[in-house]
Amino acid sequence: MDLRYSETDEKFRSELRAWLEQAVPAHGTPPATHDWPARRAYDTGWQGKLFEAGYAGINWPAEYGGRDASLTEQLVYYEEIARANAPYIGVNFVGMLHGGPTVIAEGTPEQKERHVRPILTGDQVWCQGFSEPQAGSDLAALKTSAVRDGDDYIVNGHKIWCSFAQVADYGELLVRTDPEASKHGGISWLILSMDTPGIEIRPLRTLAGEGEFSEVFLDNVRIPVSNLVGQENDGWRVTNVTLRFERGTAFASEMYNLQELLAEVARAAKKVTRHDASAWDDRSLRREVGHIQAELDALWAMLKLSISEAGETGVPGVGASAVKLYYTELNQRVGELAMRVLGRAALSRENVGALPSRHFLHKALQSLSLTIAAGSSQIQRNIIGERILGLPKERK
Amino acid sequence: MDFRVNEDQEALRDGVRSFCEGRIPLEKLPELEEKNAFDRELWNEFAELGVFALRLPEENGGLGLGAAEAVLVFAELGRYLAPGPLVWSHLAAGRIAGAETGETVVGGIDLSRGEAGPHLIEYADNLDVLLVLRPDGVETLDPKTLALQPVGVPLDPLTPLMQVESLPSGERIGDHALLARLQDEGAALVSAMLLGIAEATQTLATAYAKERQQFDRPIGGFQAIKHILSDTFVRQEAARAAVYAAGATLDHPEAGDVLRTVSGAKVIAGEAAMKNSRACIQVHGGMGYTWEVPAHYFLKRTWVLENSFGGVEDHADRVVARIESKL
Repeated sequence: MDLRYSETDEKFRSELRAWLEQAVPAHGTPPATHDWPARRAYDTGWQGKLFEAGYAGINWPAEYGGRDASLTEQLVYYEEIARANAPYIGVNFVGMLHGGPTVIAEGTPEQKERHVRPILTGDQVWCQGFSEPQAGSDLAALKTSAVRDGDDYIVNGHKIWCSFAQVADYGELLVRTDPEASKHGGISWLILSMDTPGIEIRPLRTLAGEGEFSEVFLDNVRIPVSNLVGQENDGWRVTNVTLRFERGTAFASEMYNLQELLAEVARAAKKVTRHDASAWDDRSLRREVGHIQAELDALWAMLKLSISEAGETGVPGVGASAVKLYYTELNQRVGELAMRVLGRAALSRENVGALPSRHFLHKALQSLSLTIAAGSSQIQRNIIGERILGLPKERK
Repeated sequence: MDFRVNEDQEALRDGVRSFCEGRIPLEKLPELEEKNAFDRELWNEFAELGVFALRLPEENGGLGLGAAEAVLVFAELGRYLAPGPLVWSHLAAGRIAGAETGETVVGGIDLSRGEAGPHLIEYADNLDVLLVLRPDGVETLDPKTLALQPVGVPLDPLTPLMQVESLPSGERIGDHALLARLQDEGAALVSAMLLGIAEATQTLATAYAKERQQFDRPIGGFQAIKHILSDTFVRQEAARAAVYAAGATLDHPEAGDVLRTVSGAKVIAGEAAMKNSRACIQVHGGMGYTWEVPAHYFLKRTWVLENSFGGVEDHADRVVARIESKL
């Protein structure tokens, strides 16, 4: 039970910090939310710089060009990335956290050759084609069909919540290859080239006003059988290999970043006048900030414990569900506090006087997605109840 | 950095757990209650187990262990609702003669926030020495010299109380430095006991939900119950991480901010114990409202511990004071 970082870890930290101190300002400010080509260039450009400096794929195996960092170095990495306010993983998210790791774990030598390094260097952007309108929490109910025709599958269906589809080169696609098999038994995992004829992309506007999610319609899209990852009809197992990453350390830097948001909320409170004093003079507000800080510290300690207990494999266990639940609900509370501190300034999406409405509202609105995405809070509670506590399963 | 409980620590924890399981299982609580909670023999056994001398150097008859080990031990004592002024006597070891061997039973009261009388003193009838935390230092008093009045019915049937109108100045044994140290160590150990309660109530409620049948199935299969229990697990895990962090940071202050980590643990573990104890009563339904089911003991003990070494509000204030300078 030791929280001290080793000399090696601290050396890694100081090198990374020094690099970030010059690299982050040099990369400039992020482009406008709606300018997708510029966003792709900004995010992938940063990924390329990480690669050049040897910091891309911090947890990826070295033989695939990753850093293969120890678990504690990964923690240091997340702390420093957050501390430096480095660019968000952005359009590289799906490739770096799902597509790439899945191809590494299950792909053929040709698939690895074609995708792994370009994802790592920022040259290849991936999107996700998992969910469907009738297959959300019940993902295995997906209906998009893939019918074998010679060396191709002919794919028809409707995917939704496809992050970054409008700028992606490839998609990770879950399809039903055996309609007669059991619900989980007839699914396959395919690599979809986004320039294949028959694909239509319709961006969805989120309540935050942004468009990173799209609907993707697939009309007789031909996908070569050589793009099958893993065995045919084994796609459910293949999928679960990477979903666990999403529930583990994928949001580590964002977790750490919440501390900075809370500090910004406190700083904003000093600028708000209420009852002839600053909002920060309100003891109950300060107490609430202290309370939330205690929870943020507990969250970070939970992540350290979860990473330490994951051992050498680095694959988070089901305990990651507890971290995800705690983080996402806490994130929403910080967002709500930010809006309460703003008061009527929260009615504007642009800054009001000295108050950072733009940033706070962006964070607060975006936080609403976190308890839904990557397994809703209710699904996480089922996972904890059934797989950790051993309670009887839901009747299905 | 390796935040895991190591093998030696696991062995220590398992030893304390099996001692408690054999000596003070939940079924024996009513028996302890009849003895007015304090049991001299049991106290000596705690001493032999090393509960008090745990952190004393080996050359002084201690086990030479640290705060990391202490929080694991106190989490077990909390889990089994072990009676007696355990935290105070542990803090007194090495400072007040006989505390480490259990010969001298040391209790205490925290008046460091300038609390006015009347004061409620836990286990007053059983104490040889009373430690008093004052705003500017630490004192000892001889309980026999105090005008103690009995309190007929304490909230926690396993924490007997006596009342005193005011406490005279005692013999000063330390200044601010000792005060700060005892406050931090005391808060960390109480947090550990609260963690034990958060875990015990989660376990108890989960076991009951698997066994209790309504509508022809175990109630734990209903999402309404399952989700209550999942939340108890999440709170327990947050408390576990926060309390371990407090122990680890007390041992190695260079790894973090002691005051912030300890106060954070008191906030998180205090709320986890409070909410999990309530959930435990709720999941037990009507039986949870009876004296027969032990759920109530946990909630009542939680109130005692919540009011020991500062409550949730005090510690949230301490945390914010630590970050305020950095804003």
